[in-house]
Amino acid sequence: MAVTKYTEEHEWVRVEGDVATVGITQYAQEQLGDVVFVEVPAVGRKVAKGEACAVVESVKAASDIYAPVAGEIVEGNAALADSPGDVNAEPTGKGWFFKLKLADKAELDGLMDEAGYEAFVKSLG
Amino acid sequence: MSDPAAGPLKRTPLYDLHRELGARLVPFAGYEMPVQYPTGILAEHTQTRTSCGLFDVSHMGQVRLTAKAGHSTAKAMEMLVPGDIVGLQPGQQRYTQFTNDQGGILDDLMVTSTGDHLLVVINAACKDADLAHMQKHLSATCEVEPMFSRGLLALQGPQASAVLSRLAPQVATMTFMTGAYVVIDGARCYVTRSGYTGGDGYEISTPADQTDAIARKLLSNPEVKPIGLGARDSLRLEAGLCLYGHDIDTTTTPVEAVLLWSVGKERRVQGGFPGASVIQRQIAEGSTRKRVGLLPDGKAIAREGAEIAIGGKIVGTVTSGGFAPTLGRAIAMGYVERAQSANGTKVDLMVRGKPVPAEIVPMPFVKHAYYRG
Repeated sequence: MAVTKYTEEHEWVRVEGDVATVGITQYAQEQLGDVVFVEVPAVGRKVAKGEACAVVESVKAASDIYAPVAGEIVEGNAALADSPGDVNAEPTGKGWFFKLKLADKAELDGLMDEAGYEAFVKSLG
Repeated sequence: MSDPAAGPLKRTPLYDLHRELGARLVPFAGYEMPVQYPTGILAEHTQTRTSCGLFDVSHMGQVRLTAKAGHSTAKAMEMLVPGDIVGLQPGQQRYTQFTNDQGGILDDLMVTSTGDHLLVVINAACKDADLAHMQKHLSATCEVEPMFSRGLLALQGPQASAVLSRLAPQVATMTFMTGAYVVIDGARCYVTRSGYTGGDGYEISTPADQTDAIARKLLSNPEVKPIGLGARDSLRLEAGLCLYGHDIDTTTTPVEAVLLWSVGKERRVQGGFPGASVIQRQIAEGSTRKRVGLLPDGKAIAREGAEIAIGGKIVGTVTSGGFAPTLGRAIAMGYVERAQSANGTKVDLMVRGKPVPAEIVPMPFVKHAYYRG
């Protein structure tokens, strides 16, 4: 069964077995505005928790996407190269960024659940 | 430049309208300004290129110069700018720059002659300094009258003429870079056929208290949508137009910025403006660097500050870069050493430590569509 967790950097992490799919939240895509370029990490790259490993560019600015937990990249969303607008249209669906194999499942415990994330977004005003 | 800590943000006469339209408001040059409306920057950009967009640019500074007895505003103004102002016929508008003694650019501006006055439009972030500069140097010969509370609306795009003509038929035949007093919705406005998008359009100087009504009237036309500062930036970049504080500043001269077209032919010879000797030397000998257009091969965007390299050697810096919605690809402009500035030159733009291959190309990136009659 898939479990979805959230970070304070407005990423979602959907965990199935020992693989996590990572993307940005609806709130994040609204804040970014129109996404025009996405760079995803190469397969096989080992990333530390909090490491910048993808880039999302809106018309206005470039933003880093951080690895929410440590692991090894097993897939990047190649389709985003040609359709970066998927990040706006379906941030939690077709607009996913990368999948990584978890190095330490216990790190997930430090992330927020959906209710926690909703409260966090509300606290931002 | 304005100090963001200098006090509360100012508001233009259209603040309430922006709120009503759902704009995302951001601090810009001391003002609370709309960066985009709910449809987003890409849609606003396309709207302006294909139909018509309304921009609130009331944060920009408007100043009226009136000659004191026995003096000429145009002659006085020429002491501060390299443009041919004396040659401006009534109703003509010109783009020029305030220069410093090193030939650097203090601000870029539009000057329009009404016959009786010069109307000057300056950048928001520079307007207090520009006003002080004009008062210091022009007060002996001119009345320098800030009109900072007036509204300034830009109506831009291929349908702008059709739309504005419904309210004021005489604007249809106005040509690019001309201006006239026009009554719109009962308000006496000054309209110029100009803008900052590379397309056809108008800028409309409005009395403060009638700006909101005129903006609503324009927006009631089905062709017109409100456009924020985000699309204003992508539109001007496609048009190859400089953004002050980024592509031009006190360290760049009009020659380096490839704005020599805006320096009057006689003035190049006669001088008489700040930094004339530097600019004349650069005209004769060439400047060491030059502003160029840059077209990256891939989709990565090289933004302001990205280094420009050839074979691993740094030859310049990107000053503006972004996504060009009309072209569906990234574009940029920047300065490179003149020896490396020829069109077709292959360079690398350093984006997040990685070289992005790019080519030096002529500007504009998107053909200008000015109405010349």
